[in-house]
Amino acid sequence: MDMKPSSKHSSLPLQAYLDHAATTPMRPEAIAAMSEQFGSVGNASSLHGAGRRARRVVEESRELIASHVGAAPSEIVFTAGGTESDNLAVKGLFWARSASDSQRKKILTSSIEHHALLDPLVWLAQEAGAVVVQAGVDAQARVDLEQVTEFIALDPQAFAVISIMLANNEVGTVQPLAELVELANKYGIPIHTDAVQAVGQLDVDFAELGVDAMSISAHKLGGPAGVGALVLGRNIEPTPLLHGGGQERNVRSGTLDVPAIAGFAAAVDAAAMDRVERNAHVASLRDNLVKRILDVVPDAIVNGDQQFSEQYRLPNNAHFSFPGCEGDALLMLLDAKGVECSTGSACSAGIAQPSHVLLAMGATSSTARSSLRFSLGWTSTQADVDAVISAIGPAVERARMASATLVDQA
Amino acid sequence: MKVVAALSGGVDSAVAAARAVDAGHEVVGVHLALSASQQTHRNGSRGCCTLEDSRDARRIADVLGIPFYIWDLSEEFRRDVVDDFIAEYQAGRTPNPCIRCNESIKFSAVLNRARALGFDAICTGHYARIESNADGQRVLLRGVDPKKDQSYVLGVLSQQDLSQSMFPLGDSTKDHVRQEAAARGLLVADKSDSYDVCFIPDGDTGAFLRSQLGDQPGDIVDQSGEVVGSHQGAFAFTVGQRRGLSLGDPADDGRARFVLSIEPVNNTVVVGPRESLAVQTLELEPTINVSDEEVSIFDVQWRAHGSTTPAHPVLSDSNVVEAVVLVEPAYGIAAGQELVMYHEERVVGSARIRSATS
Repeated sequence: MDMKPSSKHSSLPLQAYLDHAATTPMRPEAIAAMSEQFGSVGNASSLHGAGRRARRVVEESRELIASHVGAAPSEIVFTAGGTESDNLAVKGLFWARSASDSQRKKILTSSIEHHALLDPLVWLAQEAGAVVVQAGVDAQARVDLEQVTEFIALDPQAFAVISIMLANNEVGTVQPLAELVELANKYGIPIHTDAVQAVGQLDVDFAELGVDAMSISAHKLGGPAGVGALVLGRNIEPTPLLHGGGQERNVRSGTLDVPAIAGFAAAVDAAAMDRVERNAHVASLRDNLVKRILDVVPDAIVNGDQQFSEQYRLPNNAHFSFPGCEGDALLMLLDAKGVECSTGSACSAGIAQPSHVLLAMGATSSTARSSLRFSLGWTSTQADVDAVISAIGPAVERARMASATLVDQA
Repeated sequence: MKVVAALSGGVDSAVAAARAVDAGHEVVGVHLALSASQQTHRNGSRGCCTLEDSRDARRIADVLGIPFYIWDLSEEFRRDVVDDFIAEYQAGRTPNPCIRCNESIKFSAVLNRARALGFDAICTGHYARIESNADGQRVLLRGVDPKKDQSYVLGVLSQQDLSQSMFPLGDSTKDHVRQEAAARGLLVADKSDSYDVCFIPDGDTGAFLRSQLGDQPGDIVDQSGEVVGSHQGAFAFTVGQRRGLSLGDPADDGRARFVLSIEPVNNTVVVGPRESLAVQTLELEPTINVSDEEVSIFDVQWRAHGSTTPAHPVLSDSNVVEAVVLVEPAYGIAAGQELVMYHEERVVGSARIRSATS
């Protein structure tokens, strides 16, 4: 079979990749580390020389990652990625906590979590008798602390676990984790955070943060897809999802993927090393992008926190609603011009659903459907921003005409 | 040209898109999501609306090297096709949902959206041909494969629709299309055809209508008005139907009985012998313009893959066809069916049958 693309498109424009929040290009350091491991044999659980060699790579990787996220090496549990980490945290902690005290049926979360967190909670509610309590957010997508406090104070013994993300994947809002941790500690409830978008961009320190569990994904920070970690406090023992050979503190069985783990560690290291300069560069490109999009499309709405410092908003995130447009039409038109971004609301069948994050922020369904996320990263350049700026005006105009035809028919 | 190729995930639309690419057009593949409740996998439904179909469509686009998107038209489909289908049966008529879909979804909502987004035309895998006549008008012709010809379901398309449509399979047979798909490395080359109404995966129209409309018990009567049976909803019957009447006693003359008419107002189904089904005059809505035609007898067809019958047009004062009179009587024609007039291979016009009488 001919595997070469047989596209007849004469001159495909240079790609401007602005979807780093979906996945970011692999760091050369990660590619080198993985390439080195691909040629070697060894099961990290084996006792012979090859096993010891593999084990050493895994443990050095674990130590490197731990040192960059403020955790002890024993607190790094390798998983297959962010989705597994989230599932392990909330299912595992719910099962363990409700097994030891049947009163603990409640899970506290927010209305803007990733599907990798929300869907396991829906499953727990349907299949395991969990009662999921969702705190709302304000118009900037920041969790309502008063509501969280109220929900917990009402019946603290009933909570099995709290899970609230560190930074939102769609609009980039950084959540008030310190206050949430304080609250969780006050009542002795374990707290997990999905830090998949944050680690690599923000200075995340597990110990300082004080959470009990934290999800990380390698491919969001320049490592390979298919590997990640649940950073898990020493005394926290979730019920495993996967039973087997007893690897990873018996919490996550399965032969360790040595090349992927080596690549993961190299990427974490690279991201930590240039974090400050990179963020300054990425944030200035992002600020330039936002300003110029508003120049071209004055009625565009910037979603998320309007304060653009790292304390409030991920430096790589720009999120807009373009009134009168459908996000998926805009995406297609920009794609045709080589500009790659996201509507921020993926789903399995590819049908655009209005984003639950935007809806939780108070947007109408049509505003939510008119949204696009541009996310930058370590390879972003001024030329990428310029490509968006030259394509966005005509695309918005076209998309508005297309929406108008649909409205006319309705 | 910039072309939207509608990719159902089946072999026909795949080859049509491939030919459009070969012809040098800038092609973008679009799969239409028509069912709001996406099925998890192929579950009994053939050829439409499953997750597997959407995956197949995506793979076809990959192999052709064209961009691919899913357009969600489930709301429009529900409103203009499914609800219309239910309402037509409820009114005692027999609709053709594929025609409504072509008329209001594929060549209306999709084509309009495509045009607004900067495309010039839509390309589909229908077996029909579009040619230009001496006056520069587009004419719709039957596909060359008589078994697959789909001109019947496209007869509703306007001049403008036809001028912005491409049917690259019109000159091909299905066998040839399958061979070509295999030669191109399209994995759907052997995928089975879809025949059923796509939103009724198990093909049980009666059960679907009952699930939407509920039980509406009523009488089955003969032509004299005598009650000969009962039913759970007149909407589940079609004129000409013989099976599934569940009439306990045989007719006095011992002959088979057929559904002659459905009377939604009093929820009654009328049955009788086959000869009472014979009709010759078919009133149409809307009318069909034949002012440019040089002949006074046409072939008419009222089923997607049915045979044709010669018929004379009945012209109104304003010289448009408001009815046709069949040369020979025909059996089992129901109000709501689409009548397409042909002159030889060419579609002259298309209209719904408002009433069918002897």
